[in-house]
Amino acid sequence: MPIRRRRLLTSAAAGLGAASVGPFVIRDLRAQDVLKIAGIHDTSGGLDIYGKQMVATMDLAVSEINAKGGLLGKQVKLINYDPQSNIQFYTQYATEAATKEKVAVVHGGITSASREAIRPLLKRFNTLYFYNTLYEGGVCDRNIFCTGSTPAQTVEKLMSYVMKKWGKKVYTIAADYNYGQITAKWIKKYTQDNGGEVVATDFFPLDVTDFGPTIKKIQAAKPDLILAPLVGAAHISFYRQWAAAGMNKQIPLASTTFGNEVVITSPEEHNGIHVVFGYLEGINTPENKAFVETIHTKYNIPHMTELAAMTYHGVHLWAEGVRKANSIDRMKVIEALESGLTFAGPAGKTTLDAKTHHNILDVYIGEAKDKKFVVLEKFPVQTPADTAAVCDLKKNPNDNKQYVIDVKT
Amino acid sequence: MDYAAILALQICSAVASLVLISLGLAVIFGMMRVINLAHGEFLMLGGYAAITAYNNGVNLWLAMLIVAPLTVGLFGIVVERLIIRHLYGRLIDTMLATWGLSLAMIGFVTVVFGNTVSGISAPLGSLTIGAYRTGAYEVFLVLVAAVLLVAGWAVLRFTRLGLIARGTMQNAAMAAALGVSPSLVYAVTFGVGAALSGLVGGLLAPLSGVVPTIGAAYIAKAFITVISGGAAILSGTAIASGLLGTINTAMTFAFTPVLGEVALLAAAVILLRILPQGITGRFFQRSL
Repeated sequence: MPIRRRRLLTSAAAGLGAASVGPFVIRDLRAQDVLKIAGIHDTSGGLDIYGKQMVATMDLAVSEINAKGGLLGKQVKLINYDPQSNIQFYTQYATEAATKEKVAVVHGGITSASREAIRPLLKRFNTLYFYNTLYEGGVCDRNIFCTGSTPAQTVEKLMSYVMKKWGKKVYTIAADYNYGQITAKWIKKYTQDNGGEVVATDFFPLDVTDFGPTIKKIQAAKPDLILAPLVGAAHISFYRQWAAAGMNKQIPLASTTFGNEVVITSPEEHNGIHVVFGYLEGINTPENKAFVETIHTKYNIPHMTELAAMTYHGVHLWAEGVRKANSIDRMKVIEALESGLTFAGPAGKTTLDAKTHHNILDVYIGEAKDKKFVVLEKFPVQTPADTAAVCDLKKNPNDNKQYVIDVKT
Repeated sequence: MDYAAILALQICSAVASLVLISLGLAVIFGMMRVINLAHGEFLMLGGYAAITAYNNGVNLWLAMLIVAPLTVGLFGIVVERLIIRHLYGRLIDTMLATWGLSLAMIGFVTVVFGNTVSGISAPLGSLTIGAYRTGAYEVFLVLVAAVLLVAGWAVLRFTRLGLIARGTMQNAAMAAALGVSPSLVYAVTFGVGAALSGLVGGLLAPLSGVVPTIGAAYIAKAFITVISGGAAILSGTAIASGLLGTINTAMTFAFTPVLGEVALLAAAVILLRILPQGITGRFFQRSL
């Protein structure tokens, strides 16, 4: 606690100093031979399983950049902040990173709530921001780059794949907050587009652990398949109870969120579950195998999700932007990043889309098998069509909001 | 027909789950008038005890049925000796103290086990009823709830131990005058309540997994059931569980799980408006 207070005081003092002396003097005083960047990821609290792997891949990306001589002749210094799964710390650390440390870029934020807490703040402080998590789409702001996948990229592929394989009657069970609600709408849309029908959609608050009634309701509805965008620790009980009832052998299940759960549940419980992400550990390329090996052994992370891989891509994409701009000036880097920069890495080739500042990426459908995901099919070069429908930063560079995309069903 | 059977089974299962999560609380609150806000964390501790024992090679049934209640029961006795016994008769103070205890337990377990979910698969496989399937373990839990209720009733009604416990709760000074040590009775009762919570925590671990904050998922329902049940520990808990569990399941089947939860809460509010002393405050007053 005293450390935190002191940090806050020093950052406030630095802010005051900057205001009175003028930013140029401060920047000159601070001109050093390192180039600072910040990562804000929850490495404690409820989101730590995601935060820890994101910190690991970010650290790996930075050390690779430094091993090749750094950027603009300087070594890159990574400053990690742990907001402890607490939104309040996000704003505090983002302010500190932008004002005291004057970092060139901030990577981070896991939930949409944390992103929306620091996005306006970093825009105000003119600090470039990368958000590397898959999310519901719709953010439109020239200061942010979103490298994760969005529903139009993933759900569309998944629905046509599983409906071809399993049938037309879909039962959706989703987490009851904006991600689950919006994803459920996309599921309905793409089910109808594929000539099928969603027979029922049930939403569950994040603390529900008893799925007994729902499992019986599902059996009464007799769907061909289940779509389960369930989120968080409590919802893992669904997969356990589903398997305990023997239903995992009766009705197949697909999910847009079943990721790290593969480590926690047993093979009997998760074998056969189909997923869709912008990255899977099972991607069979030399780059990815080396990447997985390093993260598993050197960083001791048992399993990576898309969040970790896109953090790695995000840092490298930013570095490409700096190289191209030959500067860390925010606008110059943004313009360089808008020139269609690409990075080919473990997740395949990813390209930043100038219109939406989202990522054009390869999407993978996978199947859970013995605590791992096997890639079943790859869909290259998927564009963020959902965000593109509402957002055009070429036309409206001053746009600054998260649109709620109207899904027509 | 199959559907009716499965619906009936689900209602039994929902009722049993309410009985199980509230029983430990009912013993401590009903008999000692101590509001144990750490009840959810007692359940959580039972879950961790069972999973840790199982991961260290103990048979799953031993881990759930012996290790979990023993661990939490002993922990409960320690808590009673160190904290609770200083606060008898001070309702608000015990609430504060046990709330603090719950925060400390969440923090401690997080430090030891990490803030991640641990779990084990449910044993016993699945059951087929007509065209429907359900986990056999759910049926087992219904039986456990029934056994616990009957056993609790038998102990209170027929044994000397039960008589002493009831006497002390009714009038501690009189019991002391007759040669009973109330502080010993209190300690044992608290320990039994804690052990029950531990047992249930262990039994629920395969269904819901455990995470340090899982207590929050149980505590509200446990309190609602116990308060709605009223003064009689066993029959109150059983009747309230039966009523609320049935309403919850019916609404969940008819509409959505969220509405099921809402209906449960609404029913409890209406019930307490009509019967402020709980169900057994008006009916079955002489029951246990």
